[in-house]
Amino acid sequence: MARVVVDVMLKPEILDPQGQAVQRALPRLGFEGIADVRQGKRFELEVEGPVDDAALARIRELAESFLANTVIEDFTVRVEESAAGATAPTGAAR
Amino acid sequence: MSVDTTKHAAETPDTPQPWAELGLKEDEYQRIREILGRRPTGAELAMYSVMWSEHCSYKSSKVHLRQFGEKAPASDAMLVGIGENAGVVDIGQGYAATFKVESHNHPSYIEPYQGAATGIGGIVRDILAMGARPVAVMDPLRFGAADHPDTRRVLPGVVAGIGGYGNCLGLPNIGGEIVFDSCYQGNPLVNALCVGVMRHEDIHLAKASGAGNKVILYGARTGGDGIGGVSVLASETFDADGPSRRPAVQVGDPFQEKLLIECTLEVFAEDLVVGIQDLGGAGLSCATSELASAGSGGMRVELDTVPLRDATLSPEEILMSESQERMCAIVTPENTERFLEICEKWDVIATVIGEVTDGERLEITWHGEQIVDVIPGTVAHEGPVYERPLARPDWLDALQADSAAKLAQPANADELRAQVLALVSSPNQAAKSWVTDQYDRYVLGNTVLATPEDSGMIRVDEETNLGVALATDGNGRYAKLDPYAGAQLALAEAYRNVAASGAKPLAVTDCLNFGSPEDPAVMWQFAEACRGLADACATLGTPVTGGNVSLYNQTGEQAIHPTPVVGVLGVIDDVNRRTPMAFREEGQLLYLLGDTREEFGGSAWSQVVHDHLGGLPPKVDLERERLLAEILVNASRDGMIDAAHDLSDGGLIQAVTESCLKGGHGARLVVPDGLSAFTFLFSESAGRAVVAVPRSEEVRFNDMCGARGLPVTRVGVVDGDTIEVQGEFTLPLAELREAHERTLPELFG
Repeated sequence: MARVVVDVMLKPEILDPQGQAVQRALPRLGFEGIADVRQGKRFELEVEGPVDDAALARIRELAESFLANTVIEDFTVRVEESAAGATAPTGAAR
Repeated sequence: MSVDTTKHAAETPDTPQPWAELGLKEDEYQRIREILGRRPTGAELAMYSVMWSEHCSYKSSKVHLRQFGEKAPASDAMLVGIGENAGVVDIGQGYAATFKVESHNHPSYIEPYQGAATGIGGIVRDILAMGARPVAVMDPLRFGAADHPDTRRVLPGVVAGIGGYGNCLGLPNIGGEIVFDSCYQGNPLVNALCVGVMRHEDIHLAKASGAGNKVILYGARTGGDGIGGVSVLASETFDADGPSRRPAVQVGDPFQEKLLIECTLEVFAEDLVVGIQDLGGAGLSCATSELASAGSGGMRVELDTVPLRDATLSPEEILMSESQERMCAIVTPENTERFLEICEKWDVIATVIGEVTDGERLEITWHGEQIVDVIPGTVAHEGPVYERPLARPDWLDALQADSAAKLAQPANADELRAQVLALVSSPNQAAKSWVTDQYDRYVLGNTVLATPEDSGMIRVDEETNLGVALATDGNGRYAKLDPYAGAQLALAEAYRNVAASGAKPLAVTDCLNFGSPEDPAVMWQFAEACRGLADACATLGTPVTGGNVSLYNQTGEQAIHPTPVVGVLGVIDDVNRRTPMAFREEGQLLYLLGDTREEFGGSAWSQVVHDHLGGLPPKVDLERERLLAEILVNASRDGMIDAAHDLSDGGLIQAVTESCLKGGHGARLVVPDGLSAFTFLFSESAGRAVVAVPRSEEVRFNDMCGARGLPVTRVGVVDGDTIEVQGEFTLPLAELREAHERTLPELFG
């Protein structure tokens, strides 16, 4: 099963209060040298069947109409080959 | 990048400039050239274009708004009138209240969440700039048809935006309205009201005086938000196929705003500011030109010192940016260091960007080169003023002749019962708790009354229990039928709502939402509404303290119903003496105050049952409204009534249903002699309220009404768990509750 990743980011000109909050916290925590932080969202879609042009077009459509608010956000769509199982599950250590 | 300096502009008079793209008309552009004696620089053109836009200059509405000042009743309560960031009224015990309603209609259609959120942020800063601590907000909202797919996009976003921003800021949302009508389909109305409280001596005004004083910009960094937003968004009609131009949407940060509030109140408390102004529409263009023109001298600003979020912004863009959560203060050199210290303590960026001069010009430089050199008043106040052509719409006679009297009335008790259920479950009359439950109504711990009560009430002083009450109302259907009467009815209803809760109405704010002023029919509606509202304010003795005009609310040729939204502020000496709307005790007597006539034009009944709009709105009788209010306030103070609810859209049955459901008790109603059951239940005659009177107070209450000449009719008793209209039908409260409360969750949940 192929994985398609949709990254959604606020457009560069849009204020990002969350990113700013992270950036302000960094020097307090002793992490110097970060000039700017922008925070976004990442969606991982496990696709049934082949990831052909038609499937990608469908994913772009769903990203545009549902995953991203294109008034204030941009998105990118990319295919992650044979990703299934390659990534360790996160958050398992709690 | 070469900068268009004033010197360069003088040398190149023939350089073509994008005045049309910035929303200016050719004669306006020529006027700017005349004022300056040369072509404007790019930065000057940016400033003039935003400040001369409809939204900032009120160029179409000004000639009509003057009446609010000219006809204003003499009122001892008025401390600061129209023209400042917000009006201020005396509420006694050394306290003053400041309140104002504004629109954020167009941004909320494009991006509902951020549009509505930044609407709250903007009005809160207006109140803050007067020196007051904001204590509550309210939101009068209008959406398209409840079952339209786009309403499903717009409404949840707007509601989440209001809730998200207001809740994060920690301000209770105590009232407002939600109305659905297909005329608002492409043009929802998102109005926001804020009220603040201060001591008399803490009032601050927006002016820049004293040569050598520093101009300090503080709050968020400046980014590309809403550039051209004012001129493009608020002053242009949307194309029928939706928004095509998309300037960067303003994104609000309520936590930054909270810091700004606390920081600003602290600099006020230490008396560190000479003048102050919030940055809203038109951003720095507005703040610098208005502060400078209100003061005694000129101003010099080094624009390159403005802290930026995006280093690539041009000077024009910095001047036009509508980045949120920014304020501008004028501070003496001695106090500047302390001012900056306080900002630093609150983690608020503050920068000296210029100073007040003893000249008369506003001069702005960019890395040492002069890019703006103007008389600030020409930017801020001497914009064009239009006497737009007015014409009574040619369709109005036919509309008014299409009387609601000819509509089929229920033929029997079963039909009457079914229509009651249809009414109380219709989107406009149904419970709004799905929306208002998303707002924090009790944060700060001083909310005495909140939605769905007739008015929102806030305790101002915890020792004396002094309080203020606020209500907003506006009925676009009435105003469509007769804008003069419609505006008066909006005022009358808000006034009545404040009185019904036991507070004495003091002052008015208004948000006038209309279509395009370039349409003579719309302009006539606007003129009539202003005339009606100003006349009514004079009669009721409640001056307009400020407000906002929103024009161009239309999609293609189709304008919204004229929608004057009126907010009334009242004062109550002891909030423990308030009157809630709920029927709380069995056996109490229900009285109907006022006269009931066969008035169904523009009524909720005609809309719900017949989808009809025609005829004339209910008759306006302002002397009666005043008398009714006095009786309600006196009865509340003297403990003669236990509940009161104003009668407005939906009529008596709507009011009784709400009061019964709120209190968890039923009512037995008797149709008074001379009225049909139908008229009794559904008529929307103005100047009426229903009250619950304890039996021990019956004689005293009747005597008072009799002595003052207010018609009063005993219409029933609080009893049981049904609403029974004797001889007609019985409706169990459970059935009514289910009908009344399921509508909005089903549509939007």
